[in-house]
Formats: sequence, C-alpha cells, structure tokens
Amino acid sequence: MTDIAVVAFAQTTHTAENAGLSETEMLLPVIQQVKAATGLNRFGFTCSGSCDYLEGAPFAFVSALDAVGAWPPIAESHVEMDAAWALYEAWVELKHGVVDTALVYGFGKSSQTDVAELLVQQLDPYYLAPLGPDQVSLAALQARAHLDRSGAKEDDLRAVAARSRAAGRDNPYALHLDDPAADAGYEVAPLRPHDVAPRTDGAAAIVLASGDRARELCERPAWITGIDHRADAHSPGVRDLSRSESARLAGERAGAAGVEVAELHAQFSHEELILREALGLGEDVLVNPSGGALSANPPMAAGLIRIGEAAARIHSGAARRALGHASFGPCLQQNLVCVLEGDRR
Amino acid sequence: MPSETTAHVLEFPGGYTRSVGPVIGRFLTELRSGRVVGVRTAAGRVLVPPTEYDPDTGDAVTDEFVEVGPAGTVESWSWVPNPRATHPLDRPFAWALIRMDGADTALLHALDLGEEGPEPPRRLRAGLRVRPRFRAERVGSVRDIECFEPEVTMYVAPTRLEYRLHPGRALDRFLEGMSEGRILGHRCEVCDKVLVPMKGLCPMDGVPTTEEVEVADTGTVTTFAVNNIPDPRAPEVPFVSAYILLDGADVAMLALVSGIPADQVRLGMRVRAAWKPREEWGRSIGNIRWFEPTGEPDVPFDAIKDYT
Repeated sequence: MTDIAVVAFAQTTHTAENAGLSETEMLLPVIQQVKAATGLNRFGFTCSGSCDYLEGAPFAFVSALDAVGAWPPIAESHVEMDAAWALYEAWVELKHGVVDTALVYGFGKSSQTDVAELLVQQLDPYYLAPLGPDQVSLAALQARAHLDRSGAKEDDLRAVAARSRAAGRDNPYALHLDDPAADAGYEVAPLRPHDVAPRTDGAAAIVLASGDRARELCERPAWITGIDHRADAHSPGVRDLSRSESARLAGERAGAAGVEVAELHAQFSHEELILREALGLGEDVLVNPSGGALSANPPMAAGLIRIGEAAARIHSGAARRALGHASFGPCLQQNLVCVLEGDRR
Repeated sequence: MPSETTAHVLEFPGGYTRSVGPVIGRFLTELRSGRVVGVRTAAGRVLVPPTEYDPDTGDAVTDEFVEVGPAGTVESWSWVPNPRATHPLDRPFAWALIRMDGADTALLHALDLGEEGPEPPRRLRAGLRVRPRFRAERVGSVRDIECFEPEVTMYVAPTRLEYRLHPGRALDRFLEGMSEGRILGHRCEVCDKVLVPMKGLCPMDGVPTTEEVEVADTGTVTTFAVNNIPDPRAPEVPFVSAYILLDGADVAMLALVSGIPADQVRLGMRVRAAWKPREEWGRSIGNIRWFEPTGEPDVPFDAIKDYT
C-alpha cells in the first residue's frame, strides 16, 4: 500500500460577518493557492465537503466546482459533511493506487441562516427534530453530563475558551476575539457565549499525494500514518454523553498516542475536555495552537482545517507527529482522527 | 462592504410526510392515548423512545412493548434562558434527557420548571423526578407531550381571611394626621417620652397618654434590614426596611428606606420622608412612600445607642 501525504493546505482569512462574497468567490482563492503551491492544475480526484442547507438550495455544491475548473470533465465526488470526511474519501481513492493526487476542499457560510437551528434538520425526524433542539441546546446537555461526571467546573470551560481565543489572536486566518467577559451570562446553561464557536464564513483546501509524487510536490510531506472515523448512536439518550467512545476508538485505531500537537475540532469548550480524555492527550501535548474552532468555525471546513493546521506544523518543521480531528453530528456523534508524521528519513 | 441580501425561504409546503413503521408507530399511537411505551431488546433492555434496532448491537428488537413511567428521572439537562421561536416553550425552560421509570435509555424533551431567569433554577439537577404533561388534543407526535414537569414536592396552601378593622381611637387620630401630612404622637406625663405613632397609653409606664405632639418628617436610622423577598409595598429586591427615630420622637418607627443602594445604608444615617403626591394621600401611613437620605452628616452611634 502506498503512503499518502498532505502536500499543500490553504484557508481563507475567515470572517465573522458576510464579506459579500458568494461561496464560489470565497472558495476560488484557496483553490488557486494550493494549485500554485503544488504547481498542479489538474488532480487525479477531487472531493468536497459542504452543506446545501447552508444556502437553502439543492445541489449547491455543484456550482462550487466552478472554482475548481472542471472541464474537460474531472473525477469528482462530494460529501454532505465536514470536508475532513471528503479527505477520507480521497485518501481511500488514493489507496487504490489508480491516481496519485487529490484535491479536497470544504466551504461554508454561517452568515446566511441560523446554523444552530439548521442543524435540527440533521436529527432523527420522529423523536428529536419535532422538538426543535438546536445545536447549542444539545451541546449544553453534553456539557452538563461531562461536568457532572468529571467534576470539571464552568471555570475550566472558560479556561479552554480563554486559551483558544488567545491563540486565535495570533493566527492571521482566525477571528480575533476578546478574552471571555467576566460577567458573561448563559447562552444555554452551562454554556456561555465564549464556550460556543463563533459564526464564521470561510473555506479551505488540501492537496493529497501518494508516494514519490508527494516528495516531488512538497519539501516536507505530512504523511498520513493513521486515519479512522467512528460514529456513536444518534440519540443522545442511548449513550454516555459525558465521554466520547467514538473519538476514543478512532484515536486508538489512527494511533493518536505520542503526538506532539493536536488540532481538535471542539466547537464548544467542553468538547475539548471530552476529546482530550478520549484521545489520551496529556498535558505535554500542544492543543489547538491555531485557536481551534472556538476562534474560527467555518461550517463544513473547520474539521478539514484542523488536519491542515496539523499538516502545516509538519510542513514547517515545527512538529514531527501531529493529530488533526474533525467532528460532525449532535454531541460529537461522529469523530475522525488523522495522525500525520514528518519524513522518517 | 457586503452586497445586498435577498430573503430566501426553504420550506416543504404542508410538511413532509413520513412513514413511521411498526415500532415508532406503536410509540406514537400509545402516546396519542396518553401512554409512554418502550420496546424490549433481545438483551432484555427497554428502549424509550423505541427504535427498530438495539443501538448497542444493531440487532432487531423483540416485539414486546412495555409501558413505562409515567414518572422519570433527569439524567442531564441544559437551561435555555432565551427560547428560540422553534422551541417547544416560549418561556425559559430546560432541555432534559429523561429516563422513564422502567426504561434503560433516555428520552429528550423540554422540562417546564415554572421558573424563569438567566440562571438555571437550583432544583434543576440530575436526579430530578419528572412527569409528562400531555396535551388535551393529541395527534400521534412526540409533541403530544407538551413538556415534562417536576413531580409534586410542595403545595402552596391558599391563605386568606377577611377582616373589618378599626384602628382604635389613638391610631385613628394618628391616621387623621397622616391624611393632613402630619406625623403625630403622644407625650407620656410620667416618663416624658414622645411615642409615635401614639397608642393612647405609655407601654413603659402603663398610663393613659393624651398630650398630642407633632414630630418632624426627618429622622435617623437606628437599625435596618436588607430584604430579598419582594413585598407588595416594595416589589423590587433587595429593599431596606429600617427603624427610624423621627426628630422629636423617642421611639423608632418601622419604614422603608430608598434612594440609596441597599449596601450603603448605615446606622446613624439621616433621612427624610418621601411623601406621595398630595392627591394620593389617604388615612394611611402609606402616604409616606419611604425615607430617603438627607445628605446631612451621620449621627454618632452614642446618640442613638439606646434606640438600636
């Protein structure tokens, strides 16, 4: 089986408000950046992650292909999930060995609708959706369960938010958010506004390449030594919400042990605590040096960006072994873990 | 600058029709009849709400349905201070994962605690016992349960008796004074103290009193309390009730103090009566809305120590 690496990564300078760009206009620059970085104009496979509901138009993802340049026709696929899962599909495609490069991208704007309410559409339509439990309400149930079991306090949540926002202010692509306000009230208790990832518009792209092709395209390829994704039961009432069994399994199978840096797709402060525990990340692991999703959370791209940020640390030589994590579904239902390593030469 | 936006609605007119199948269908049918049922798995667990499969194994469930509840226990919760238009309740409420008695899994629903505010109510805890509140008109939907509500642990007893009171001669005269904006008292012939309001007797000496004295509507706080339970006369909490020694009087009178933050009220503080507008006066001590600081220097403690 061939080795596969992340050889290029680009992301937009994310915005908290609508910047007046269409999705395609927002996406085009990052596609051009990864094309320029690799010198490639065509890819063996292309896969995107996006959500048509964000625009309220069926097959909205098809028009995004305009930003790729799809003529003559290209081999292309799409997942209605975070683009980290598109990366997984591209990785599988490359493992077949028929092609040796793949373009992966994700994009989303949360400025056009209420994403927390939109995500009710992904819930079981019989027992959950009729009640209208928005994303923040469900996340708060998980936060409560985790605090009750672990003994962590709301101040521990605030500390995660404060550290993430401080790191985000050093990241030119993230939103630059103030320290958590001392008198912040509850959004949905026990979560306060700073515990909830900010509304963000943005996009990201990654190029994967296999074997020698990767070495040609990138000075320090970030080799994918393990990638796995797992799902918990959908209903929040049939699993132990205080922990993430699917993240634990995915981390174990992807080989999370021994990473130096972890980029976790924690969209709420308590999710970082749950994920650290599930992935066995000790105090010596640098978590979310980019500021994470709590500093910029473009829907459908934020998980892919975690893998890109982890890879960028290897591209720069700052780390030798890094982890990117993505999550989807209510209360961390689905988790993907991607472990990356610098060249073993 | 962002370009102009266009309103856009994505809606399935009339709603989307879904087949429910025998398991969910049984649950919804029972719910319409005011009952909650679960389904038993091959391993013997009871799933509520029921699914066609065991979430642990993926195996098909048995065809045994089990009535559960009606009570249940809160396993986790979140508190919504500002409900969204799409939420089941239009006032602050909790989301709760509720394990119905006899069930092995939890059901998500709204929980109405009958309390509001930005902070979660104190009694909202894992372990809280709750029951469903069914709608009168049920259609076979999870929303046939309007919400859950806590089990009854307290009962508020109606308490009301009606009286026709006469204030008595002395107090009647005092209230007559109030209706004219005057504060009246009696001087005791024995101890020489001025008692306000007068009672027609001196409780210290046990003798009748008749000598009427008008005292000032200014005075000194001799002691006070910060109240955190609203009162019809002081609906905003915290409020301060204080004993005020009116200038010219020898007993302190209980009244409200306002016009100053509760934590800045002090013994010895000088105050003046804040009267209601004259057209609102009646035969009532309520003509004085409350007392407010005059801004004069405080009276030394020694001068009021016999009244505190």
